[in-house]
Amino acid sequence: MVNVEDLLFLIGYTLLIIIPLLLAVAYLTYVERKVIAAMQRRVGPNVVGWFGLLQPFADGLKLLHKETIIPTQANPFLFIVAPLLTFGLSLSAWAVIPFGPGMVISNINVGILYLFAISSLGVYGIIMAGWASNSKYSFLGALRSAAQMVSYEVSIGLVIVTILLSAGSLNLSEIVEAQQNIWFIIPHLPMAVIFSISALAETNRAPFDLPEAEAELVSGYNVEYSSMTFALFFLGEYANMILMSAIGSILFLGGWLPPLQIPPFTWVPGIVWFSLKMSFLLFVFLWVRATFPRYRYDQLMRLGWKVFLPFSLLWVILTAGVIVIL
Amino acid sequence: MTTTTLIFYILSGVLLSSAVMVVTTKNTVYGVLFLILAFFNAAGLFILAHAEFLAMILIVVYVGAVAVLFLFVVMMVNMETKKSQRMDRRYLLMGIFVGGVLVLELVVVFMSWNTSPEAFELIFAPQDGLSNTHALGALLYTHYALIFQAAGLILLIAMIGAIILTLRQRENVLKQKIGDQLARQAKDSVQMVDISPTSSFRNLESLDDSATPRGRTSRVS
Repeated sequence: MVNVEDLLFLIGYTLLIIIPLLLAVAYLTYVERKVIAAMQRRVGPNVVGWFGLLQPFADGLKLLHKETIIPTQANPFLFIVAPLLTFGLSLSAWAVIPFGPGMVISNINVGILYLFAISSLGVYGIIMAGWASNSKYSFLGALRSAAQMVSYEVSIGLVIVTILLSAGSLNLSEIVEAQQNIWFIIPHLPMAVIFSISALAETNRAPFDLPEAEAELVSGYNVEYSSMTFALFFLGEYANMILMSAIGSILFLGGWLPPLQIPPFTWVPGIVWFSLKMSFLLFVFLWVRATFPRYRYDQLMRLGWKVFLPFSLLWVILTAGVIVIL
Repeated sequence: MTTTTLIFYILSGVLLSSAVMVVTTKNTVYGVLFLILAFFNAAGLFILAHAEFLAMILIVVYVGAVAVLFLFVVMMVNMETKKSQRMDRRYLLMGIFVGGVLVLELVVVFMSWNTSPEAFELIFAPQDGLSNTHALGALLYTHYALIFQAAGLILLIAMIGAIILTLRQRENVLKQKIGDQLARQAKDSVQMVDISPTSSFRNLESLDDSATPRGRTSRVS
């Protein structure tokens, strides 16, 4: 039987991940507004707290004390479950992320597949929200999102296959350790590019934010949501962004490993390197949003199926061939 | 009762009851969602049997892709959830007949089924130190590579068949041709002309016809 002490430790570890994660999500929204403001030569939030640092909490409080509206024609059960599912899934993936050597809640053998499975489930929250709202805009947004996420999962899957061929393991810690000598971004640069673009599509971020295109679909799948239910979608989306950055830094940027295995770099603890890499990738997410216009839907599908899929298949065969020859 | 046994009974209980709900519920969307719940519990059972690779693949393939498409279709079709009881009774006799035949066949097969006594131990035994994924890979790609390839070919044929059945070339569809767009040069589309202030616009008609708009969106016939 499970003993009580272990259970308490497990709860403690979980809180140690969830609380910093939620804070990171809150400040990611702040950073996003500041970064985009700087790129558009504006000031950004600067009223609440020093440099507007309390802005995320002000926004959160505002959302919380608004009224939760459930449309009369909606399916109330699925309407409430959808945001819970989105948020819960975005948290549950963190169970297998290694923050440093041995710093992981559950070091399972098939860690990367677990992450892939969780990210492929993310689409359910959106489809259920779109259907349960009983609104045309929501439903269109949900359908777009479903097609988009299923399409780009294919290329993410092939990227994962190349990485696990190179690392020889499905365990995330072993994938990081396999990058001792060289980060995978150097031999697999094209796959890193494909992964980062697919990550944008998978998290429904600009320039692939068609599911919530405000100009055509008002706000897509979350148009009927308000208050806490909307806040959960919002938190889920940003937590997924952070998760994708974490996966990207584990697969391509060597996770917690320093850039060079020599003293000034090795003095810095692994979790700091990991956070720095994640922050860089998050900045790229925001940078892309401020730079590119939204894709058209047929262009999005063409890119996924006609460009990424053949290319990453070719790259998988190439990698396998090189590994066999070596 | 150990924790594992308890978890086993919970998972299989939920699995069976959600499987029953898939066929009995009137709302088809709920039906698909119950199907997903059943997949999840099956994945849990795989994990209990230390087959973590199969569990993850079950979720990635069936829940992440197949059930999404089911849900997609079911939501689009928007079936009327109210059905008359008479409709159900009409299929009752045939249903019982087909189900009975299937049960009978299963019974006949299992009567002559001999399970070796060590088989149950072998199910959970890891192949000499290999991880689950390695063991499956060795089996599929080394020992049964040809059969695996043949299965792949059958799937490929099914895919091509499905595409041919549903593909129809529609006329008057505007298509973006990326190659044409990228091949377009400034000299193909822009021509510098000197016009004296006194000449009229009509003189421009004598322009040569080399400036064809190649990269323009073209109609597919």
